[in-house]
This record gives sequence, structure tokens and C-alpha cells, in this order.
Amino acid sequence: MKDQTISAYRRENGRVGVRNHVIILAVDDISNAATEAVANNIKGTLGLPHSYGRLQFGEDLELFFRTMIGTGSNPNVAAAVVIGIEPGWTQKIVDGIAKTGKPVAGFSIEGQGDIACIAQASRKAKEFVQWATELQRTECKFSELYISAKCGESDTTTGLASCPAVGNVIDKHCANGGMASFGETTELTGAEHIVAAKAVNETVRAQFQAMFDDYQKLVFGEKTNDLSESQPTKGNIAGGLTTIEEKALGNVEKIGKHTKFVGCLKPAEMPADKGLWFMDTSSAAAEAVTLWAASGAVVHLFPTGQGNVIGNPIEPVIKLSGNPKTAKLMADHIDLDVSPVLQGEMTLDQAGDALIEMIVRTANGRNTAAEALGHREFVMTKLYRSA
Amino acid sequence: MIQFLVHDRADTVGVAVVDIAAGTELTGRDLSTNKPLTAKAAQDIPLGHKLALKDLAVGDTVIKYGCEIGRIVQPVKAGQLVHVHNLKTKRWA
Repeated sequence: MKDQTISAYRRENGRVGVRNHVIILAVDDISNAATEAVANNIKGTLGLPHSYGRLQFGEDLELFFRTMIGTGSNPNVAAAVVIGIEPGWTQKIVDGIAKTGKPVAGFSIEGQGDIACIAQASRKAKEFVQWATELQRTECKFSELYISAKCGESDTTTGLASCPAVGNVIDKHCANGGMASFGETTELTGAEHIVAAKAVNETVRAQFQAMFDDYQKLVFGEKTNDLSESQPTKGNIAGGLTTIEEKALGNVEKIGKHTKFVGCLKPAEMPADKGLWFMDTSSAAAEAVTLWAASGAVVHLFPTGQGNVIGNPIEPVIKLSGNPKTAKLMADHIDLDVSPVLQGEMTLDQAGDALIEMIVRTANGRNTAAEALGHREFVMTKLYRSA
Repeated sequence: MIQFLVHDRADTVGVAVVDIAAGTELTGRDLSTNKPLTAKAAQDIPLGHKLALKDLAVGDTVIKYGCEIGRIVQPVKAGQLVHVHNLKTKRWA
């Protein structure tokens, strides 16, 4: 595949983004009110309230900071205003984002209250918006995009058409020196041998197997029945998928035919180099895409069978479906219809090329269906209860 | 028109890619060999659902994508629907 030119934002650290958001990032749940007030005051900003950030500890706290700092550092973000209840953790997140070189400022509530904090943060947010709206898109390369992939509300058409179409793109993108990531650790159950065989070396294979086995332990430790209706979901079952093994075998069609994966990432960890990376994630769409956005991914590919409507505030989510009924009945949510693959009227190579064209258009500025419909699911992954 | 697809020649189930009515003589395709296949639907098979390509007995392992997808818990005749009522996971049981 010839490396295509896209029109995108090259950030201070050289990385390429396709959106130009000024985010108002809440450090913790009790700062959501101030965060939303600032986002409402200053037009063109994007408020990111969430449910956590207090009394987390250990590995869960590390994941929290990785997610917060990673979200602000994502190349789709031009600048960030960070608002927390107290200055310590607020500043830690500001310092983390500042390493990218982008404008970032932190404000805290204790000692002055919401209203004074909102006033200070709003002035800075206004300054950032006026600065960011003068930034220009420049010529960048398709191969500079970090692309994530995960499916949702899958059915049997996902394994026949939409997932292999994504796999075709992953093969072409990674052969071109691109960066990509897949995950959904539990949803590989029954197909983990296929993933393990695609590890670039024994060290990476062993890392993957350890992450996979660890998640299986969690499932068996917490399960209350055979997980029916949870994995597969009710929607999966309505679409014809019967077992987790069947779902997983369709899922792994997404990682391509030829590409080996070069390493394993903790949730929200940024890849160190080009190539395809496995990330240890939940299979729940909003949680997983939030982790990829925090790892720096700028475009997400989302095959859906029955019509999952997920979006993400900072990472455009491109939806494709191989189910002709879904492509018609839920056309509002689908960016690319690959259902002609089922009748042999479209090859997987053609479906992959059509998806690449949609990625180019999205990178150049076209809003995805999820963006136009206002889907901004920002959902933190939490590993265990707070202290 | 293709009515069902089979991922791998070893598979014991096919996937309906249109809504199929009971009694229909079916045209399908094996994606691993690109060869045409035939079958007869013994039950209605909705789009996306699976039909058995042979008789399956309790305890049999069902193959799709050339891999195991679970075990049969109720007897199934060729052409019948294979789903949660007669197929269960072997992994999370």
C-alpha cells in the first residue's frame, strides 16, 4: 500500500493528531461540577467528568494516573485544563501532560470553592481555545497514525466481514510502518492460541499468555454462573453467536493474517515503537476505547454486528458493519457498510481499502457517526475498590 | 444468491447470511476452498445463526473456523439450528 497523505495536526512532540480538542479534565468525581461549569462557560472546550480519582491505591492508582495523563497527552488534544479538589494530584497530572510540550494548566478547589476555581479555569480555557483555533492542519502521513481496533455487539457477520476487513487494514498499515493496538483479553478465550502464535518472539508470547491467564483467574474467581448473557452478551446471542469461543474466533480476525504483534501493553500504556501491540483491556467498549485513547491512539476502528453505538470524546470511532440488516436499520450509526462481503460482491481486500479511505476522510476532519451523534463515552477502568 | 457460508472445510456448522425458511434447499460457499456447497434447512435459520452440516450427538465438539466452539448438549440433526439451546461453551462452564 502506498503511504497516503493526510491533513492533520502535528503536536509539539512530533506526534500526529486528527482532532484539535481543548479538554477540561476532572481529576476526581467531586470536581465534575466545576469541570462541567468551565466546559459550559467556554465554547469549543470538551469537559471530561468521570466517576473516580479518590482514595485509589497501588496498581489501580497507577492506572488512574496513566489514564488521566495519557488522555491529556493524546495528540488529538491541543491543550488541557485540569481541575481537582486539591493541588497535589492535580499538579501531578499537569506535569505528566506537560512532558508533551502542549499547553496545560491545573486549578484546585480547596481553599477557594467551586466558583473562584471555575472563574480562574475558565479564563485559562478561553486563552487555550483562542490559541488552539488558530492552529493549522499540515501534511502528515497515514503511517504516522496510531490506530486502535476493537469490536462490539458482535454477531457472526463480524467474523465473516467487518473484523477481517479491519484485519486487512492492520496488515497494510503495519507493513507500512504504522502503529496499531488490539486487546479485549477475556474475549480471546478459545482463540488465545491463534493470538499466541502471532507473537513476534517467545518473550512477547509469554507476556501475552501471563496477561491472558491472569484475566481468566479473575473471571473464574468472580463468576456466579456460566457467564451466559454476559459474555456473549444478549445482543451477541440475538445475532447468532452462541459461545465465548465462537465470539473470540471472530474477534481475532481483526488482527490480520500476516502481522506479528511486537509487544504487550498494560491498560492505557503507550506503545514504545511502531507495529502491532496487544493491550490488556476489558472487552466492554467504552472502557476499552478510553484506555486506547489514553495510550495515544488517534483513530479507532469498531466493527459491529448488531449495532453498538459507542463513541469516545477525544478519539474518533469509525464503525463498520457486515450485517446487512444493521447497516440498513442502524445506518445512522454506521460509517462503512461491508455487508456486500457476505454475498461475495466485495472482497476483503476491497473492504479494507474502503476502510482505509474512511480513515483518511476521518483523519482529514470528517466527523464520524458517533461524533455527530454526540457519543462521548469516557469510562475509566477500575481494577478494585478504593481504600 | 449465497444463503450460507462455512469458514473452514473442517467445520460442522455453517452461518446463514440471509433469513432461511425451513425446507429450503440451500446454496452455500466454503470460504477456505471457495467451493460451492449445498444443504437443506430443517428449521427456520435467521440471518447470522448457524445450521448443522451433519448430525451431532450429545457430547460432540462443534467446529467453526476450523476450531472448537463448544459441546453439544441436545441432539441435533443436519439442517437444524445450532444455538444456546443445544450448544454450550467448554471454557467457562
